[in-house]
Amino acid sequence: MDATFFLNVTSGGLLTGLVYGLMALGLSVIFGVMRVVNFAHGDMMVVAMYAAFLLFTKLGIEPVPALPLVAGILFVLGYLLQRFLINRFLGVSEHIQFLLLLAIAIILTNVMMMVFGPDARNIQLDASFESYTIGPLVLDKVRVIAAVAAGGVALLLGAFFRYTTTGTAIRACADNPVGARVVGLDVENLYAVTFGIGTACVGAAGCLLLLLVDVQPQLSSDYTLLGFIIVILGGLGSLGGALLGGILVGLSEALSGALIEPSLKSMFSFGLLILVLLLRPQGILGKTS
Amino acid sequence: MTAQPITTPMLSVENIGKSFRGLRAVNAVSFHVPRGDIVALIGPNGAGKTTTFNLIAGALPPNEGRILLDGGDITGLGQARICRAGIGRTFQIVKPFTGLTVEENVMVGALRHDGGQVEKARAGANEILRLLELGDKASHPAQSLTLPDRKRLEVARALATRPKLLLLDEVMAGLRPVECDRMVAILTTLNRETGLTIMLIEHVMRAVMALSDHVVVLHHGEKIAEGTPAEVTRHPKVLECYLSEEHE
Amino acid sequence: MTLSALASDRRAVLLLGLLAVLVAAPLLGSGDYVLSILITILLQAYLGMAWNIMMGFAGQFSLGHALYVGLGAYAGGALFVHFGTPPLIGAIAGMTVSAMAGAVIGALGFRFKVTGVYFALLTIAFAEFTRILFDHWGWVNASSGLFLPVSNRASSDVWLLRGSATMFYYVILGMAVLAFLFSRSLLRRRIGYYWQAIREDQDAADALGIDVFRLKMIAVIVSAAMTSLGGLFIAFYNDNLYPESIFSMHRSIELMLGTIIGGIGTLFGPILGAAVLTVLGEGLTIAGNAIGIDGIKQIAYGVCLLAILILKPGGLWPWLRHRLGLDGGGR
Repeated sequence: MDATFFLNVTSGGLLTGLVYGLMALGLSVIFGVMRVVNFAHGDMMVVAMYAAFLLFTKLGIEPVPALPLVAGILFVLGYLLQRFLINRFLGVSEHIQFLLLLAIAIILTNVMMMVFGPDARNIQLDASFESYTIGPLVLDKVRVIAAVAAGGVALLLGAFFRYTTTGTAIRACADNPVGARVVGLDVENLYAVTFGIGTACVGAAGCLLLLLVDVQPQLSSDYTLLGFIIVILGGLGSLGGALLGGILVGLSEALSGALIEPSLKSMFSFGLLILVLLLRPQGILGKTS
Repeated sequence: MTAQPITTPMLSVENIGKSFRGLRAVNAVSFHVPRGDIVALIGPNGAGKTTTFNLIAGALPPNEGRILLDGGDITGLGQARICRAGIGRTFQIVKPFTGLTVEENVMVGALRHDGGQVEKARAGANEILRLLELGDKASHPAQSLTLPDRKRLEVARALATRPKLLLLDEVMAGLRPVECDRMVAILTTLNRETGLTIMLIEHVMRAVMALSDHVVVLHHGEKIAEGTPAEVTRHPKVLECYLSEEHE
Repeated sequence: MTLSALASDRRAVLLLGLLAVLVAAPLLGSGDYVLSILITILLQAYLGMAWNIMMGFAGQFSLGHALYVGLGAYAGGALFVHFGTPPLIGAIAGMTVSAMAGAVIGALGFRFKVTGVYFALLTIAFAEFTRILFDHWGWVNASSGLFLPVSNRASSDVWLLRGSATMFYYVILGMAVLAFLFSRSLLRRRIGYYWQAIREDQDAADALGIDVFRLKMIAVIVSAAMTSLGGLFIAFYNDNLYPESIFSMHRSIELMLGTIIGGIGTLFGPILGAAVLTVLGEGLTIAGNAIGIDGIKQIAYGVCLLAILILKPGGLWPWLRHRLGLDGGGR
């Protein structure tokens, strides 16, 4: 196994990892602010992927330009879901909340199965066959585009939370919902906005992921679990942690796929999840509560 | 454990201390609770009463010092083992088993004894419920109880474990004077008729004056006074710390 | 006669009546199709009751119970295929392995204070890990699947669990009845009260002298062992096993749904829930096939779950028994 191969595998994993990180960002935001564990996360990702697929095959819009649109659609979906359904369940026991999102996930997966069928679909761009060569490194063009876009969205999100009024208001709600209400913040609306932002992230990630992999309804639970592994690894509620976790998982997937047998790579991820849950449940960048 | 002579205090707290990340919450506190007495632990907010209570109840281990129950060392044992050693406690914010009935709540405590036989526990539970004036609500869901009833349920459940020492954490909080008097009457009867030793943290002076044989006063984590209720309420240091709290 | 004694009598009569009907069902000339539906209901009820012990009684949320189904199925199945081991012996092996797996998960989870959603994720991780493991394990034929020698449906050999649908029916009926009686007896003893206390408020239970860790461990281990027997039944009833399906998250969710819909923590809830879901599922599948739409059953399951969570989070059974006047303050 030569160094070049190694280098290429690693860089590929890193780039994919950024897209994973973007997906996990959504999960982390929702948990960080509302303490809701979105078990329907992977399903929303798949919805986004299909949306991007349809936009490309029916209207010829490529995923990167389609990104704002898809993210917008997912934002609205998330906002409505939170405002009219999930909101009533904010105070109840954890397992009931979990089951609620599970029910939504079941419905979403099977509706998509009914509409699109179980076969894998993918899109082919001209860029899909091109690559950049930097010395010994050969990077897939689509992978680079996806990673750059993912990084860009993440930065936008960080800026939003830090510099805008709404972003600050949301952070206030996360710290102290009662206090937030007292100072007149419309907490219900802000929660819904937050959920919408979370699903918009997933939407963006799904759009970009379509550049890299096929879309299938059955994969939704795999993505949900992947999201959780990343977020727990990096620290639930930490934005930087989600990105870091995404990169780590992307790397470990690529490496274990290349070094060991590809079908075992999930096993590695689950083993990692178990270790993190036991030894450092707050994740690498998370804080101990 | 061998039977202790009647002069051994039921509870001996010897020089206990507890720090939280550099903050000294309790410092070198010592006192005794004589067998069969009712002792109140009072002090302004932040005096360290709750921390002391939790150290005795086993919710937290002390950094220094010893705690002896009826002569036996219970320092640093966890809550469950301390209960088995003979301490029953209530929680300041009551924790009823809301999915169970009133009777079932108390049975959970009672099952500690008589080999865990359910029917015996049921009978025992109902007896205690009668003592705590909840007998007619035995089959009600615990969730449906009002706060005063929940407080008495909390006491009943702790009593069901047949403790040597009952620890009450601000059991009068949130009760109107009428209900407070009722609780005082029940506790007095319990103490008089069964010789149950009781230690309570309390802010409600009415109850402290009516119940206690002995009062211990904490301030800033240290014991500043102890004596009978009358002595303590006239003590200059005690007056000072309560007055200064008003000005803070 | 007190209200609760009266209600208790009525419940007993209804239960015995139901049992009589179930025992007589094959003899009443119900065809193979109805029998297979009943077997599905009873199997789901059995698995649901096993899950109920851990979640409903002790309050520990396991989302990876398929792990124990798979371990029981593969233990019994593989031993039979390779050594001709009779299922009863295979069952003991399966229960032991499952109990150990449960003990490991419980010990790690409870010792490291992994709770709530994190604990649920831990259970999923173990189940998925094992699924992939079995997918690559040659001795059980990995992902190609394990196949039992096809059952001679004409003659019935209970000892080797080879036989007609009727034989399997009575086996699963027996298992379900035993599971019900077992659950009922657990609830009536000290352990049942202690479990419920832990479920309601672990801290308060601790303060009452209850050994919380030990009791949670017992709950996981009992639930795991019980679940594994269900897995064994599946292996011998279907004659084939794939890691992809027996260890899947889909299976974990399926075995929980009936109990959630019927009523977590109740005795009859898992049975009612299993019946409702199976009948509904069959009805919808038939309807769906007629119109030519696939996958309606799954969507309906999701909608049912949603409806229950919104309208009756305690489940259908508590509501139903109140309507039928079967409470009187009992369970």
